[in-house]
Amino acid sequence: MPEMPRLGTEGWLFVVILLLGAVWSLLTPWFLTLPNAVDILETWSVTTILALGVFVVLVAGGIDISFAATASVAQYAAAWAAQNAGWPPALAIPLGLVVGVALGCLNAALIHYLNITSIIVTIATQSLYFALLMWWTGGKLIPVLPDWWSDRIVFFQTEAADGSLVRITLPIVVAATAVLVTWTLMTRLSAGRQLYCMGGNPEAARRLGIDIARMHFLAYGFLGLMAGLAGLVQAHRVGQSVPNAMVGQELNVVAAAVLGGASLNGGIGTVRGVLLGLLLLAILQNGLNLLGWSSYFFPIVIGLVILVSTSITGLAGRPGRRRARAGEVVHG
Amino acid sequence: MADATPPRTSPAGMDSLIRLARAQPLGGTTGLALLLVALVALNAVLLPGRFATFGTLQSMMFQLPELGILALAMVIPLISGGLNLAIIATANQCALAMAWILKALAPAGASGSTVALAIAAALLAGLLLSLLIGLLTGFLVANMGVHPILVTLGTMSVVNGVSIYLTRGTVIAGLPEPFLVIGNGVVAGVPIPFLILLAAAGATAFVLNRTPFGLAVFMIGSNLEAARYAGIDTKRVLVGVYTMSSLLCFLAACVMLSRFNSASAGYAESYLLITILAAVLGGVDPFGGFGRIAGLMLALAVLQVISSGFNLMGLSQHLTLAIWGLTLIAVMGVKAAAAPLARRLLPDRTPKGAKP
Repeated sequence: MPEMPRLGTEGWLFVVILLLGAVWSLLTPWFLTLPNAVDILETWSVTTILALGVFVVLVAGGIDISFAATASVAQYAAAWAAQNAGWPPALAIPLGLVVGVALGCLNAALIHYLNITSIIVTIATQSLYFALLMWWTGGKLIPVLPDWWSDRIVFFQTEAADGSLVRITLPIVVAATAVLVTWTLMTRLSAGRQLYCMGGNPEAARRLGIDIARMHFLAYGFLGLMAGLAGLVQAHRVGQSVPNAMVGQELNVVAAAVLGGASLNGGIGTVRGVLLGLLLLAILQNGLNLLGWSSYFFPIVIGLVILVSTSITGLAGRPGRRRARAGEVVHG
Repeated sequence: MADATPPRTSPAGMDSLIRLARAQPLGGTTGLALLLVALVALNAVLLPGRFATFGTLQSMMFQLPELGILALAMVIPLISGGLNLAIIATANQCALAMAWILKALAPAGASGSTVALAIAAALLAGLLLSLLIGLLTGFLVANMGVHPILVTLGTMSVVNGVSIYLTRGTVIAGLPEPFLVIGNGVVAGVPIPFLILLAAAGATAFVLNRTPFGLAVFMIGSNLEAARYAGIDTKRVLVGVYTMSSLLCFLAACVMLSRFNSASAGYAESYLLITILAAVLGGVDPFGGFGRIAGLMLALAVLQVISSGFNLMGLSQHLTLAIWGLTLIAVMGVKAAAAPLARRLLPDRTPKGAKP
């Protein structure tokens, strides 16, 4: 696999993050404190988990719109089992993850065996998963979760200089684990290399003897797993399960991954880049909050950041715009 | 057209897929038309005396245009190999701007001429706003060398953000009576919004199929670089594509504003992905280069018949959405399954030069 000019995107991101961090810390003293940093980590844990899954699918040359619906279904299934059927954590948590993986694998099966483009399949399954969930639940939330689920779990806590508590909580640990697992998969395992290869050139990957079906199931199954995990963590944070709480954020998560340099054409992207993209969005939002700007303002800033940053990398890199637009291998 | 279409640089699989879409007797609009007839017949049998009535037909013609015009706004960029995620945001912002002007210039009890003037001013403002958004989006897509999905994600966020910021998420309601005719009037039994949809579809089909601009849109969708080497000013065409898309959003805004008698930044959000669903169901290639307005109209009719039938049967609206998703998967699945069969039964109609 040829080395792409990575310094471009990630270097730019790093510079922008440093500049932004400097501006924020000058404007608001609270920004550059440990409690605030930990707060950012916890707030963005769910988005991080989702973005990692999306990143793997993007590298594999596909795209997935259905992951938020998958996360909602997995979350609700586990919450229903735990709260209404009284399942213990040892069963309810795996249930959520298995539902996530199963829905991801259904996407993979449709993409692989029916030769349908991933964006179409996942738009269809997004409608399908979400609509069936809303129909089945009647849109009713599960207002209370068992204590083992909703209780805060603190792994480490210390007091900051000003006396406020700094807590490393479960969502942060789960997100960090997800980062480690994704990084290992994509850089240390041959399956990861094969995903890059398939995303870069599906036909070449097939002729190299890479099992395309296996790769599809790996990528979409992995995203399903991450979606299930994100669903469980999100319910842990808010203490209830709302069927439509996670739907509607799909494009923002994709944007975060792409902002970090993952290519929509497949084959390009790093975990580090995705984390930088997330970090940029996170400190942007955090700074605006701390400065007391209206939260109504945030979408405008996000949009401008997407436009400006993609324009910079687009103008700097100028890769073949439509190289390998068809991400999937179609067996002729 | 065959000579003008250069071989695509996409993986070999795509070529066979395109070949199959052309060769397949049931793959294009014929299959969809059959599906539509079957669905209508099924509904008529399952709902005796309730589905096959003029009232049902008329209510379908009232409901279809919002999604229909927005789907047209999505199809043009899709054919050019991109897509416009900002259509709903654009339509809502135009509707908000028009509603604001109407409320400001023509308060309740204003005289007839004042209202007429206010409506003219509102329409002009909405038109200009959509033109501005379209030109800006087109400029960014044409010049930034970034996939349109990202550019329009950015414009969607900005446009929507501005709308929400200015309105604080509230609804502007209560428009002058004459304006409501656009969305609720009937001419010889046919709802005016439906006539607007037909006119918009006819105009779009004409531009795409009968003008040099339309040919250029198809060529860009097939292969941007090849179109550029063929002497097409691809940047200008792309600006035109997104401007046209945005103008159709203005039309959708007029219909929506008048039908709902109100505007908000949050209306019709769920339509975004459904417009893509309808387009692909109608045979539009999501990677660009292929697609027909007739196919899209048939697909919209299929979706509407499913929705109306379910509604009459008293089934949940969510179930309708689920069935729409299933329909898309099923149609794509049948196409994929029929592919090897069609290739065996039919002579190869691949244009010379396009390698399998």
